[in-house]
Amino acid sequence: MQSIDLRGVTCPTNFVMAKLKLEDIEVGTTVEFLLDDGEPVKNVPRSLKDEGHKLLGLQERDGYYVLTLEKGAE
Amino acid sequence: MAEPKIDLKNLKAGGFIKERGKDLFTVRLRVPGGRMSVDRLSKIAAVAQKYGKGYVHLSVRQSIELININFADFDAVVAELGEEQQKVASCGARVRVPTACGGCEYNPNGLVGTQKSALEVDQKLFGTATGHHKFKVGFAGCPFDCPKSATNDVGFQGAVWPKLDSDGCISCGLCAKSCAEGALSMGADNKPVFDAAKCIYCGDCIKVCPTGAWSAEKKGYTVRIGGKWGRRPLVGTLYATFVPEERVVDFIAAVLGWYQEKAEGAGRVRLGDIIIREGWQSLLERLRSEFPEYVVQETIAPQVIQSQLPLPGQQA
Ligand code: HEM
Ligand code: HEM
Ligand code: SF4
Ligand code: SF4
Ligand code: SF4
Repeated sequence: MQSIDLRGVTCPTNFVMAKLKLEDIEVGTTVEFLLDDGEPVKNVPRSLKDEGHKLLGLQERDGYYVLTLEKGAE
Repeated sequence: MAEPKIDLKNLKAGGFIKERGKDLFTVRLRVPGGRMSVDRLSKIAAVAQKYGKGYVHLSVRQSIELININFADFDAVVAELGEEQQKVASCGARVRVPTACGGCEYNPNGLVGTQKSALEVDQKLFGTATGHHKFKVGFAGCPFDCPKSATNDVGFQGAVWPKLDSDGCISCGLCAKSCAEGALSMGADNKPVFDAAKCIYCGDCIKVCPTGAWSAEKKGYTVRIGGKWGRRPLVGTLYATFVPEERVVDFIAAVLGWYQEKAEGAGRVRLGDIIIREGWQSLLERLRSEFPEYVVQETIAPQVIQSQLPLPGQQA
C-alpha cells in the first residue's frame, strides 16, 4: 500500500498535498496518510471525506496517526 | 443660497450619523448578515465615489458606512442606493440589523442557515422600536461562534445533537479522535461511548464518521440572552437549546415583549441590565410558557465583565 507522509506539514497545506497525491492514484485504491496529532488528525480526515473518499480507519502509532482510505470516484 | 430641501422621513429612520465636520454625516447601510451582492456593492461604490470622500468604512457589525456625506445630498444618496434596493440602517432604541457569519452554505463548520435567519429577522423585526434602548441580534453557524453571539441582546448559535447507530460503526475511532470536548471515548466493545454532559453539539463526530453511523437527531440554535459590549460589557447566558430555525422570529419577539414590559420607566437600559434587575427567572418562565420544549431548566444572570479600572472594592 502506498504511504504518504504528511508529518510536519501544517493545515491546510497537508490537505492540499493529500489532494494532489490522490490525483495520481487510481479510483478504488487504498492508501495511507501519516498525520501529526492535533489539528492535522482532526481536520484532514474530515476534509478528505468531504472530497468523496472513503475513510477506512485510523491507527495511532508512535506519536502520530495513520489514516487509511480508499480513493473515491472523481 | 436657498436652503436645500430634505425629506425628514429619511432622517427619522436613523442611519445618518453626525460627523465632526460641518454639514457632514456618515450614512450607515443595512447589510443583514454581511451578505452583499456584487451589483449592490458596485452601486454603493458609485454612490460613495460621487458623494463621499473616496473611501467607505466596514463597521464591526457588518455595515458599510459611507463617510463624509453632505446632508444636502441625503435624498439623492437614498434614491440612488434604492436603484439596487440598498437601504439605510437604523440608530436609536430599535432592533438593529442582525449580524451573521457565512454559516453552513460554504463554511465546512457551519451547521445551520445563519444567512437565511439574519435575512428573515431583518425583514420582520428590523427597526422595531423597543421603547428603551438598542436591541441587537446575531447568528453564529456553529459553536466556534466567530460572530461572538453572546455579546448580543439575543445571540443564536447553530448546534446539532448527535445520535449513534452502533450497527453502522466500523470502530475506526475517528469520531473519538475528532471530539475536542472529550465527550467521546472508545468503549471496551470498540464502539464510541457518548458523554452527553460534555457535548457542545458541534457535530464534528457526524462530519468525520466514514459510515454515517453518527447522524443528526435534531438541529437548531443554542440561544444566549442579555449580552452587550460597550463601556459596561455583559456576556449573555443560556436560555434555550435546539430552537428550530423557523421559530427564531417568534423567539426574539417573545424576548422583546418581556423587555418592553419590564423596562417600562427604566429609561435607556439594555436588556441584560433589566434581566439583572428583574431576575433571570422572570424571563425564563415567560419563554418557557411559549417554548416549553426548548427552554433550559435554569440559567444564570448575564455575566459582568470588568473591563474598567478601578475594579470594585479597589481604589486607583
Ligand atoms: C452620536 C452618537 C453616536 C454615534 C455616532 C454612535 C456610533 C456608533 C457606531 C458607528 C457604532 C458601530 C461601530 C461598528 O460597528 O463599527 C456604535 C456602536 C456602539 N454604540 Fe454608539 N454611537 C452613538 C451613541 C451611542 C450611545 C449614546 C451609546 C450608549 C449609551 C452607544 C453605545 C454603543 C455601543 C455599546 C456600541 C457597540 C457595542 C454593541 O454592539 O453593543 N452609542 N456606535
Ligand atoms: C477549516 C477550518 C476553519 C475555517 C474555514 C475557519 C474559518 C473562520 C472564519 C471565516 C472566521 C471569521 C468569521 C467572521 O468573522 O465572520 C473564523 C473565526 C474564528 N475561528 Fe475559525 N476557521 C477554521 C478553524 C478554526 C479552528 C480549528 C478554531 C479553533 C480551534 C477556530 C476558531 C475561530 C475563532 C475563535 C474565531 C473568532 C476569532 C475572533 O474572535 O476574531 N477556527 N474562522
Ligand atoms: S461560527 Fe462556525 S460556521 Fe460561523 S464562521 Fe465561525 S466556524 Fe464558520
Ligand atoms: S457533537 Fe461535538 S462535542 Fe458532541 S460528541 Fe460530537 S464531536 Fe463531541
Ligand atoms: S467515526 Fe463512525 S465508524 Fe468510526 S468509530 Fe466513530 S461511529 Fe464508529
